[in-house]
Amino acid sequence: MYFDFEKPIQELDEQLEKAKETHDKGKIDMMDMINSLVKKIDETKKEIYGNLSGWQRVQISRHQDRPYALDYINAMAPDFIEIHGDRNVKDDKAMIGGFGSIDGQAFMFIGQQKGRNTKERQYRNFGMPNPEGYRKALRLMKLAEKFNRPIVTLIDTPGASPGLEAEERGQGEAIAKNLMEMAVLKVPIICIVIGEGASGGALGIGVGDKVLMMENTWYSVISPESCSSILWRTWDYKEKAADALKLTANDMLKNGLIDGIISEPLGGAHTDIEKAVSSVKKEIKKQYKLLKDKTVDDLINERIEKFSNMGVVNEDVAEH
Amino acid sequence: MSWFKRVSEGITTKTKEKKATPDGLWDKCPRCKTITPHKELIESKFVCPTCDYHYKIGSKEYFEVLFDDNKFKELDANLTSGDPLGFVDTKSYKSRIDESIKKSGLKDACRTAVGKSNGRKIVIACMDFGFIGGSMGSVVGEKISRAIDYARENRHPMIIISKSGGARMMEAAFSLMQMAKTSAKLALLDKEKIPYISVLTDPTTGGITASFAMLGDFNIAEPEALIGFAGPRVIKETIGKDLPKGFQSSEFLLEHGFVDLIVHRINLKEKISKLLSMVWDD
Ligand SMILES: [Zn+2]
Repeated sequence: MYFDFEKPIQELDEQLEKAKETHDKGKIDMMDMINSLVKKIDETKKEIYGNLSGWQRVQISRHQDRPYALDYINAMAPDFIEIHGDRNVKDDKAMIGGFGSIDGQAFMFIGQQKGRNTKERQYRNFGMPNPEGYRKALRLMKLAEKFNRPIVTLIDTPGASPGLEAEERGQGEAIAKNLMEMAVLKVPIICIVIGEGASGGALGIGVGDKVLMMENTWYSVISPESCSSILWRTWDYKEKAADALKLTANDMLKNGLIDGIISEPLGGAHTDIEKAVSSVKKEIKKQYKLLKDKTVDDLINERIEKFSNMGVVNEDVAEH
Repeated sequence: MSWFKRVSEGITTKTKEKKATPDGLWDKCPRCKTITPHKELIESKFVCPTCDYHYKIGSKEYFEVLFDDNKFKELDANLTSGDPLGFVDTKSYKSRIDESIKKSGLKDACRTAVGKSNGRKIVIACMDFGFIGGSMGSVVGEKISRAIDYARENRHPMIIISKSGGARMMEAAFSLMQMAKTSAKLALLDKEKIPYISVLTDPTTGGITASFAMLGDFNIAEPEALIGFAGPRVIKETIGKDLPKGFQSSEFLLEHGFVDLIVHRINLKEKISKLLSMVWDD
């Protein structure tokens, strides 16, 4: 699958395919042509992927072949044991979690989970947790706190589920509670946006000591489509909205709203999943090393201080 | 996010429905159309004497309702919005702010103050729906956070009166992070065992519900307020059906266990005072 903006790559890929075919038939030596095409493809990719717009990154963040939370967790921590349920209403399939270890260090992994085909997508509710998902996440975080194990959350959601049952069971309260509890949790929390970071549904597992975004992800208060429909009264301004929202990893880092960016393989995490997993794993180990020796008080104070400093206001002291 | 349409109409009690007559100002109830002299309406705490409709009021009126003799010291009154993203849609954010300041006479969508209520010192943060739909940007988040800090440092009970369509889109992720910030401050207040009462009024939706509005030791709702996370329109579009009657009302939330009590505005001051007297020694 190619995106619109990948058309030049698609055309070159097709030329390369033909050249290879001709070469393999053995009649004409196409090696020069093939080599130059390979070089050209590489250059074109660097050119295109080096200048992605906000909307283009949003598209990549939603690519159906992109690794999801469980793909990362199972690859990083093969001993991962998934645990289920909020001990109250049910087990939310859009929010997964459990213990697993990376190079001998046990972590509590929590993440929103999307599905890859129609059936899976429905089963995972498109990665949109209900209140019980956020309560399950909090239960697992408390478990990690009890046994003094660090937490890694993998954020990938188009938003918390909007629906009758979600409202009946207190979607707002469930997210709010997580924000409050995560602020004062006594163990290190590393949050990584691996796909979509939409609004309160993302933030509900996003209050951490280190908040990181992968290169081709987005994080904001609203999706560009919804923003367009509310502010411009039509869906047609999603590209403009994506720019205006400054939702890319680069913008978020520049604005001091995240702590770092994890680079992806050229073309996006889905083009080389092994490489993407290894980058994420390396980053978790690096960040954990920075956090693990902090005292509980320092950890919590610094976490709260970081979020307290977010925001831009004008304060005119001269005025009464 | 229903605020966008509603804000263009302004607060109904302030503009369209208020008329000057030889006897002074009169207000027309948006629900039953009864006309009440403004002076009388102040006495009835801005509730229609005929049909009990709770007028959509702002910080000025709520301070009047809750502070003794309307005496209070405003905190951080000089904060105004920056435009951290240089946000432009059909209009620039900057011009929206300037217009709102002119139109509402407010500096942003929240005012905070300390004063006595039934003789007890309390801190109140009150949202103003009349300013860009009461949406929470950096100023709202910062003022509420500082007010919570003030309550914690001076050991005064904290009251937050919510009335908001949610996040302020033009501050994008800055707006989102105010949810984390205010909730973190409430966690610190909680540790000090200082009471926090959340008052949910019409409307309280989106990021406000998903942060401080739902975190009260006591969540008090005014009658028949719209309170929810997702906006009714979004839910309706998602499920493709009309919403049941009374869905996301104060009464619905009480029934489902998310507010502690519904209090008529005429009793609000007394009820808060009584609750505090049960749990708080000055
Ligand atoms: Zn009336």
